[in-house]
Amino acid sequence: MWKFTLRRILIMIPQLFVLSVLIFFVAKAMPGDALSGAIEANPKVSAQVLEEQREKLGLNDPAWVQYGRWLGNLFQGDLGKSYVHKVGVTDLIGSRLANTFYLGVAILILTYVISIPLGILSGRYQNTLLDKTITGYTYLSFATPIFIFSLLVLFVFGFRLGWFPTSGSVDVGVQPGTWAYVVNKFYHLILPACAGALVSTTATIQYLRNEVIDTRLKDFVKTARSKGVPESKVYSRHILRNSLLPIAAFLGYDLTAVLAGNLFIESIFGYPGLGQLFLQSITQRDFSVVTALVMLSGLLALIGTLLSDLILSWVDPRIRMG
Amino acid sequence: MNTEPVLQIKDLTVSFRIKDEYYPAVDQLDLTINKNEVLAIVGESGCGKSALALSLTRLHDTKNTRIDGGLIFKGQDLNKLSPGQMNKIRGSEIGMIFQDPLTALNPLMTIGRQIEENLDYHTTLSKKEKTKRIYELLEHVNITNPERVYNQYPHELSGGMRQRVMIAIAIACRPSLIIADEPTTALDVTIQSQILDLLKQLQAETEAGIVLITHDLGVVAEMADRVVVMYAGEVVEVASVMDLFNNPMHPYTRSLLASMPGANAGQDQLHVIHGRVPSLQNIPRGSCRFSERIPWIPQTAHAQNPQLDEVSPGHWVRCSCYQHFHFEDEGKGLVMDGVAGAK
Repeated sequence: MWKFTLRRILIMIPQLFVLSVLIFFVAKAMPGDALSGAIEANPKVSAQVLEEQREKLGLNDPAWVQYGRWLGNLFQGDLGKSYVHKVGVTDLIGSRLANTFYLGVAILILTYVISIPLGILSGRYQNTLLDKTITGYTYLSFATPIFIFSLLVLFVFGFRLGWFPTSGSVDVGVQPGTWAYVVNKFYHLILPACAGALVSTTATIQYLRNEVIDTRLKDFVKTARSKGVPESKVYSRHILRNSLLPIAAFLGYDLTAVLAGNLFIESIFGYPGLGQLFLQSITQRDFSVVTALVMLSGLLALIGTLLSDLILSWVDPRIRMG
Repeated sequence: MNTEPVLQIKDLTVSFRIKDEYYPAVDQLDLTINKNEVLAIVGESGCGKSALALSLTRLHDTKNTRIDGGLIFKGQDLNKLSPGQMNKIRGSEIGMIFQDPLTALNPLMTIGRQIEENLDYHTTLSKKEKTKRIYELLEHVNITNPERVYNQYPHELSGGMRQRVMIAIAIACRPSLIIADEPTTALDVTIQSQILDLLKQLQAETEAGIVLITHDLGVVAEMADRVVVMYAGEVVEVASVMDLFNNPMHPYTRSLLASMPGANAGQDQLHVIHGRVPSLQNIPRGSCRFSERIPWIPQTAHAQNPQLDEVSPGHWVRCSCYQHFHFEDEGKGLVMDGVAGAK
């Protein structure tokens, strides 16, 4: 097991290298740079100053020189400085990572809390009214674009009814470290988390439903019944565990997706997380932030596949590695 | 021979639903299984033998299946029991062994746990006693390393080992009836005979009645005391194993025996039964169901609404056509009016 994990981690190094090349040059290929737009359009800034700035920032060097410099810094843990925010990228990401983490975990937990029972019920009571209602919900949530649904939720519960805050992750003036601060943070989380979870349950519900329907017909379920195991235990012990295997396989990806940030939700709910930062950085050509964020999500994706394999081998003895 | 009945099947009809209509896969079947007896049920795929086996412990999906008739087991009708009462009988009084040991065990549970589950619901043993009993059971089914196998998962065992585990599960509570649904079909021949020997040995010890579902006449010859031949949901012939092989009567039984390859017969071709078993919706009910597969026998030879007749003590045959049956390539002169021998 340890050997396997170590090998997988070592393989990540060349993968990350290829990823860094791709990210850097694709990001470079974006039209414009951090000085285009507002600064360039400003009549008080002369072309000569712009040129000096570009020279100073190293933007005029050949691409491979810039790449080498960037990679060198990366190895020293220096992700560069944000051109827009004028602070280190590490600090910028760090301050938002926690928010994204809270939101991601809230969405993940809510998604599973909703979809696992619904998927099981739907599969167990296949073709009943209950099943059809649940399936109807999954179709509806699958067909609903997340940004429209989020806007609707925000409008109804945040704006019209005024039950929840419409933006931010915490109110201004609440002292960090106090109980009120935690409650306030949580209060800000509820609406975006519910909006995110309600539209992301489809895959899990449908998958689980089909798995339950398939597993129910397996021979070992018949064996369990022939032993006199009561129906409720047949489900909880035999059908359920086997049906949850493929869901467990996705968990690794989900866990890392938690940290990658949720573009739509964070942008619409004005929630200061990595997703929102990513979108802003792209529109503002904040090059160093964009590359750092894509690198981060690439790394997370690699860790996600590893985690998925580890989780699967942990729950399924057939693929347990020696 | 002890003829104390264990299970009496009375007028049993098992029907499956196809598009809102129920079609009997087992039709008005009467049968008695005795203590210490191996009763083999033979027939082609689709003749209703597995449907019969599962209905004995009511393991069919209740939504699509209807079971009518009586299943008298130890003075009570299993067909009238509640699901909870039925669960008390399953696994304790009646043990089941299934065809494919590769899929019949839960892949995520250790062997020990899967046997223990049986003991959980039917005994009041402590955890320690249960573990001890499981070791005994595993040893009993000739598994040499019980302590190790106890903690293993099904995929770590061979097919033969898994079928032994299945048998251990089936006999865990010393049932008085064991239903074995093609227990050796998925195994290779050397393992088959080991498993059959094991079943025989266990029966000698426990005097349980065994219902052995199979399509393998070799298995029947080796194991059975009495044989029931099924065709299209009906019993067409019941006989002791000696009678069946020495003096088969029903055209279907004779055709089955004729299609068995002999080791030293020097045959180039095997006998082939014309056509195929009719599907559930197309069974010709009310007439001899086998008639369409022996078209060279005139319709007048078949009885209307054929019944089982006792032609000699303990030997029952359905329909009158057996008196007129000859194989297609035989002359009519070979018909021996009711005393037909094997080909």
